[in-house]
Amino acid sequence: MSTDLNLQVEGIKDDYKYGFRDSDANYSFKSGKGLSREVVEQISAMKNEPTWMRDYRLKALDIFWSKPTPSWGGDLSEINYDDFHYYMKAADRQGVSWDDIPAEIKNTYDKLGIPEAERRGLIAGVGAQYESEVVYHSLRDDLAQKGVIFVDTDTAVREHSDLVKEYFGTLIPAEDNKFSALNSAVWSGGSFVYIPKGVKVDIPLQAYFRINAENMGQFERTLIIVEEGAQVHYVEGCTAPIYSTESLHSAVVEIFVKRDGRCRYTTIQNWANNIYNLVTKRAVAYENALMEWVDGNLGSKLTMKYPAVHLRGEGARGEILSIAFAGKGQHQDAGGKIVHEAPNTSSRIISKSISKNGGRSSYRGLLKVADGAKNCSSNVVCDALILDSQSRSDTYPYIEIDEDDVKIGHEASVSKIGEEQLFYLMSRGLSEAEASTMIVSGFIEPLVKELPMEYAVEMNKLIQLQMEGSVG
Amino acid sequence: MSDKVLKINDLHVAINGKEILKGVNLTIRQGEVHALMGPNGSGKSTLSYALMGHPNYDVTQGTATVDGVNLVELEADERAKLGVFLAFQYPTSIPGVTLANFLRHAVTNVRNPNRKEGEDLLPMRDFRKELKASMDELGMDAEFARRYLNEGFSGGEKKRAEVLQMSMLRPAFAILDETDSGLDIDAVRVVSEGVNRVAAKAHTGVLVITHYQRILNYIQPQFVHILFGGRIVESGGTELVTKLEQEGYDWIRAKYPLEAQIEDELEANATGALPAAAR
Repeated sequence: MSTDLNLQVEGIKDDYKYGFRDSDANYSFKSGKGLSREVVEQISAMKNEPTWMRDYRLKALDIFWSKPTPSWGGDLSEINYDDFHYYMKAADRQGVSWDDIPAEIKNTYDKLGIPEAERRGLIAGVGAQYESEVVYHSLRDDLAQKGVIFVDTDTAVREHSDLVKEYFGTLIPAEDNKFSALNSAVWSGGSFVYIPKGVKVDIPLQAYFRINAENMGQFERTLIIVEEGAQVHYVEGCTAPIYSTESLHSAVVEIFVKRDGRCRYTTIQNWANNIYNLVTKRAVAYENALMEWVDGNLGSKLTMKYPAVHLRGEGARGEILSIAFAGKGQHQDAGGKIVHEAPNTSSRIISKSISKNGGRSSYRGLLKVADGAKNCSSNVVCDALILDSQSRSDTYPYIEIDEDDVKIGHEASVSKIGEEQLFYLMSRGLSEAEASTMIVSGFIEPLVKELPMEYAVEMNKLIQLQMEGSVG
Repeated sequence: MSDKVLKINDLHVAINGKEILKGVNLTIRQGEVHALMGPNGSGKSTLSYALMGHPNYDVTQGTATVDGVNLVELEADERAKLGVFLAFQYPTSIPGVTLANFLRHAVTNVRNPNRKEGEDLLPMRDFRKELKASMDELGMDAEFARRYLNEGFSGGEKKRAEVLQMSMLRPAFAILDETDSGLDIDAVRVVSEGVNRVAAKAHTGVLVITHYQRILNYIQPQFVHILFGGRIVESGGTELVTKLEQEGYDWIRAKYPLEAQIEDELEANATGALPAAAR
């Protein structure tokens, strides 16, 4: 799996490598700035959607307007909703070959290494979203023959409407929060993944999200259904150019993992530092199913994201591994939510955050055990490392237990990179930068060793790049 | 290659503005073994930290040179690359970093002082082979290399790990800061034998800092110095060790009343002056 991730992580240096932009991208459609019923109707009409979806959008828009902006988490007060373009279409139609898509857009993905990774067979399927629309999609033939569906969600609404209707918005309704309402009103693109009963997808499906324009709002909508005994690993990456004004990324991801199914969802979020990243992600795991979120947050101006797992069937397991790195001007408000709704379910949250150069990272987590969910066990570990005195870390762990027969563990620690540790390593010939990187790598090691080998290597590389030039 | 010389000249060192060392003079040639003795708070650990370059130890006057290069102006890693090594009294633990991984970086840097960051490390196979040989010599289990650096190590394991690092880094000068403290007599012997073996191989100049005669039975010094009140007041041979063992420091106090006064003040402040890791 290395090339594509490799290229993505290289963008994380202080000089953000993916800050390039295609200035001459020809937009075939661009909504005016600001949000209105007309904009929503326009989006729906552009997509030739069925009436039920258009009505769903309009209802969600009312909900968005009626909900106050959250006052917790990060500072959302500076977001001006009138300043964004809510829909932008850069290509007239989706490509089935990279040659089908406009050269300047293909150029972007070439720089990101996506076609290369696909050619080398490192991924089983690719979805590439540019602004509001998915411009390229592919899936390995043998998987398609087994009934695996991997398309953009707009296509799914048209071609698999029964499946979409059955699941869409059932786990994260528009009313859930202000940003799920916003997404429900103006959503576009995202992935629809359906893995039929017993089908095991051996290598990951990859989605790649790119914002190119200034003042852009990207609102992809992803729906993943893993049938009984099926397995999938879905990986997403995100980048954007650097502008002086903010852009908004607000996704909704819903995942259903049926009995004995397994799903792992890995995010390498590397947005430029002018992006508000306000994402709602939730999964439900039925009997003996396993849901894992691996959530790496390195970019963005503000991220608020707490992937959730509802353990709804007996024996279900949920895991959330979260790594956040907050640099200059960044606030990572990340964590996870686990809800034990059935007996004999187990869960684990491991969160590691690093703050440097005045960055701020917060762990925010909820662990809930419903009445009757007997013999559940859960372990929450969150550790924070602060690299200098300008940086900050906070922990907000919420625990609600309505059942007596449970085993719950919770540990939290905050440490500053120690002068004595630095001196010790430097006295053995390591430079200050090498010593700091080594201490940080050691800090996230307990989490990284949970990752498959290739991801562990990438994550270490990523942290090294983040650390470069950060000392001194 | 000709032998290097570590020359400490009129060294004054302060911590938080309080002067602890008040003009230390000492010359160590490669291959020599020196012992530095002195009561608690006399500034022995201060000398070792200052020589290695701890940022909290301010050299206010004087120099410490290796072949004419003034250490005082260098960062700790640059001193290590010049061949200076400190075996810590209280080695810090680094969670999540294995001893082997750490040591591979350290050895690569010290042996190739001009290496740029990101350039290749020593080949894994060669490094492993050498590490295993060194660990065997010190009677350390191979498993040890995979443990996190000093994390959960016993006192004896920590000291052995320090000597292992010395063995791999082959320093021109090694300062052993109370390496015998907290060890039983067997451990003192094993660790001392390790030091002797490494010193013989790398032709290391050794400065043994200690309170007790015990370790000096195994690492035999040619030169013995007494640090008292922030200065080296006596230098001689092993007869000084015997005299201190028999008579304590009373004769020193009587002979150097001014230093004794300073010593009393320093001792009262000793706990406040130690670095955090040493408490």
